[in-house]
Amino acid sequence: MGFEFVALSLPPMVIGTLAAIACALPGNFLLLRRQSLIGDAISHVVLPGIVVAFLLTGVISTLPMMLGAAGAALVAVLAIEAIRRFGRVEPGAAMGVVFTAMFAGGVLLLEQSDTSSVHLDVEHALYGNLESLIWLDAVGWASLVDPSALSLLPPELFRMAGVTVLVAAVVALFWRPFVLATFDEGFARSLGLPTGLIGLAIATLAALAAVAAFDAVGSIIVIAMFICPPAAARMMTDRLGAQVAWSLGFATLSAVLGYVMAGYGPLWLGRTDAVSAAGMIATVSGAVLLLATLLGPHRKHP
Amino acid sequence: MSMRLARPGTSDKAETSPLAVRGLTVSYGGDPVVFSVDMTVAPGQMTAIVGPNGAGKSTLLKACLGIVKPLAGRITAWGKPVARQSSRIAYVPQRTSIDWDFPVTVIDVVLMGMYRDLGLLRRVRPQHREAAMACLDRVGMRDFADRQIGQLSGGQQQRVFLARALAQQADLFLLDEPFAGVDAATESAIIAVLKALRDEGRTIVAVHHDLSTVEAYFDRVFLINRRRIAEGPVSTAFTTDTLHEAYGGRLSDGFTARRA
Amino acid sequence: MIWQALTLQLGYNAALVALGSAALGIAAGAVGGFLYLRKRSLVSDAISHATLPGLALAFMVMVALGGEGRFLPGLMLGSALSAGIGLWLVGRMTARTRLPQDAAIGAILSTFFGAGIVLLTIVQTMQAGRQAGLEGFLLGSTAGMLRADALIIAAGGAAVLAAVLALRRPLLMVAFDEGYAQVNGIGVARMDAALMALVLAVTVVGLKIVGLILIVALLIIPAVAARFWSERALHVVMLSGLFGGLAGYGGAALSATAPALPTGPIVVLLGFALFAVSLLVAPSRGLLAAALRHRRLQSRVHLRQGLLALSRGEPVYEAMTRRMLRRAGLTRPDGQPTEAGRAETARIRLDEARWQALRRSDTLTDLSSRDDGLTLIDSVLTADQLAALDTTLAPRGAT
Repeated sequence: MGFEFVALSLPPMVIGTLAAIACALPGNFLLLRRQSLIGDAISHVVLPGIVVAFLLTGVISTLPMMLGAAGAALVAVLAIEAIRRFGRVEPGAAMGVVFTAMFAGGVLLLEQSDTSSVHLDVEHALYGNLESLIWLDAVGWASLVDPSALSLLPPELFRMAGVTVLVAAVVALFWRPFVLATFDEGFARSLGLPTGLIGLAIATLAALAAVAAFDAVGSIIVIAMFICPPAAARMMTDRLGAQVAWSLGFATLSAVLGYVMAGYGPLWLGRTDAVSAAGMIATVSGAVLLLATLLGPHRKHP
Repeated sequence: MSMRLARPGTSDKAETSPLAVRGLTVSYGGDPVVFSVDMTVAPGQMTAIVGPNGAGKSTLLKACLGIVKPLAGRITAWGKPVARQSSRIAYVPQRTSIDWDFPVTVIDVVLMGMYRDLGLLRRVRPQHREAAMACLDRVGMRDFADRQIGQLSGGQQQRVFLARALAQQADLFLLDEPFAGVDAATESAIIAVLKALRDEGRTIVAVHHDLSTVEAYFDRVFLINRRRIAEGPVSTAFTTDTLHEAYGGRLSDGFTARRA
Repeated sequence: MIWQALTLQLGYNAALVALGSAALGIAAGAVGGFLYLRKRSLVSDAISHATLPGLALAFMVMVALGGEGRFLPGLMLGSALSAGIGLWLVGRMTARTRLPQDAAIGAILSTFFGAGIVLLTIVQTMQAGRQAGLEGFLLGSTAGMLRADALIIAAGGAAVLAAVLALRRPLLMVAFDEGYAQVNGIGVARMDAALMALVLAVTVVGLKIVGLILIVALLIIPAVAARFWSERALHVVMLSGLFGGLAGYGGAALSATAPALPTGPIVVLLGFALFAVSLLVAPSRGLLAAALRHRRLQSRVHLRQGLLALSRGEPVYEAMTRRMLRRAGLTRPDGQPTEAGRAETARIRLDEARWQALRRSDTLTDLSSRDDGLTLIDSVLTADQLAALDTTLAPRGAT
């Protein structure tokens, strides 16, 4: 079991967990700002972003695709804000207009261009390829202390880890202004805080997490992790610090449990084929939320 | 007639006034909700901003703080742009503008008032906590420090907001309807704190709704109905005539009769 | 080719799909209009994503019972059931917990979609599932559609449209004014439930054509676009239906002309084009109109305030005001008023004095709410009223 687990299951599990954490962190603020669905919007516009990047560069490689996705996410966030403010459109509807139109544009571009030869399709963007992020050079637990083997870990792992650390660092550094601007915007403005910029920064963090995560784990996890762990955590406590801690715990639990259930669950049930890990992780996070809404000590309005 | 562009007396006061507004016009996209308003707040006094519903009272306050962007006008605090004086100004927003379900405790809210001291990363030390508790003490909320804010009554929430403003150690306090929807005990507690602040030499400006308490609570009145109607000491600016001018037919006759 | 497509000359199926899609578009637009006026647009996002598990489960059940897994009515029933459960959960979560509605929507949407993907991967490992083509429901596909399916969609679109027309009065009343509707004996909760049922029906009928990811666009975009053109609920809903119909019909017709033009995205992009035009050029709420209005308002405010300051002998504080006065020929470069400026100043001063007299008068004081600083009093009062007012004016110079 040791070799197989370390080589085949550990890397995707760790990557899934990192992705879940990177999304859940800004998700806490999105939840309190009533912007949870911005995660939904961002994860939809990742597709047109990577398609445009592919059409511009002609190659499937990570950096341009991530840049394209990030650019699309930023365009979407700005467009939503502009339509909301200048068109006086309700925020939910503004989101709906922007992400569906951009997603449709992405699908159309994909169909129009000859991408059949390359691995670029809608389903990949949705489900990711978590199961394929394996560590062939591992020979067992001992590989975890073997530098030469470690250097051959899937690159997604390092990328995801880097983004997770970055997101966590920004949230930690700007914790006070983020909380202030989210709780009481007028008061924050009276202190001279740039509340518009803070809102944009939070959305940008979310976009960063989403873009880093989609490549490894697909959009479904991204949407689920923005919302379900923070929402479940809100049911557990009335303090923001504790809420964030709970949400990270729930995100980790969902990622690990979801991965195990997707990979091993069907085998235990006597079937031969594993099911989508990304889908299962999202499902588990929803089940966690369901339990929290039924049992959480702070589930109700005071 | 001469049209000299000499500075009249009022603008000299603008150099020293804690809050001076000149030619302020604000629109939310349509017709102006505040038009060409001048206001000169007297230092060390309590001023009530009074006017009918929709007269632009809250908008005036928000424009003073830079929360809404004016179409025209200039606002100064002690002769400088308000943005440069924000450390000397405390703001108590309308209670209804807040999501009270937010996961913070009472003491956390008061500590927000010390943001300027604490900055991004400085630790909350025992002396910060003690100072915050002292502010809660002044408004009679010490025992509630660890409650989540959503568990408080409306009056208690308003007191917590006042405590946060106290923690800012400001010289000018701007309050938006501090007595709206609060119980009688809270109202007297708040007014006692405000009067104590005034007696320490600080300046108070509050949007106020209840005409029957203006004389008891405030030194000065700023009557507004989109335009400035009257400004000055309560005895001269808060008269049956000025009220008629500000409220028109919308003022209940009982009130004017009682004042007459 | 495009002309032929638009005039339904690309075969019976294509024509049927285009007509069905037009009916669906009108229905979706109108339903979306009500949804938008009730500020619940994004509920449709939860509903559409929540169809996926039901779709996959229905397929599995039909195969297990020895039937044809692709039987469209069966798939529609399954997706309606799971979307209904998702909708019910959104409602329960919002009502019974402290979660805001948007979080409940997002939670249901992502969880159901995740579960649907899990089920899809199971379907793909089933023998009958390999060629099932259930993925087509993600983005919609009309290529190679069965005659029976095309008929179901056309009939479904027409049925939803008929239901919207039948319910238009109570829906409109609820959208316009909840309290008023209640007083008139219309159950707001019942009408909201009916509206959700309509959304559900639009989604289920539209799945095959537009796909579950993009069907929300048909419920949101036409309504948002229509809102720019009118302040009246009925007009918004009608226009939204028209926009939806145009997008649905045009999208289905265009996509029949070439294989690389998938129906769903074309429908959505046509809708978005209508939105973009509305956003820019709609007469009152559009961006151009708003920008022009803002500029005009700004210059009126600055001119008036500048003249006011001049008339009181006060300094003109703002550079922008001074610039505008000069450009309007009201002041000379040295800041002194010109001849025209002096005349304007006198006019403004009279207007100000009259407004003040009006506020102080006993009879006309109610009209003071019309004073926004820019309205000249002549346009508010009759000549008689004005003359009466002028008798109460303080002597010149005392204002």
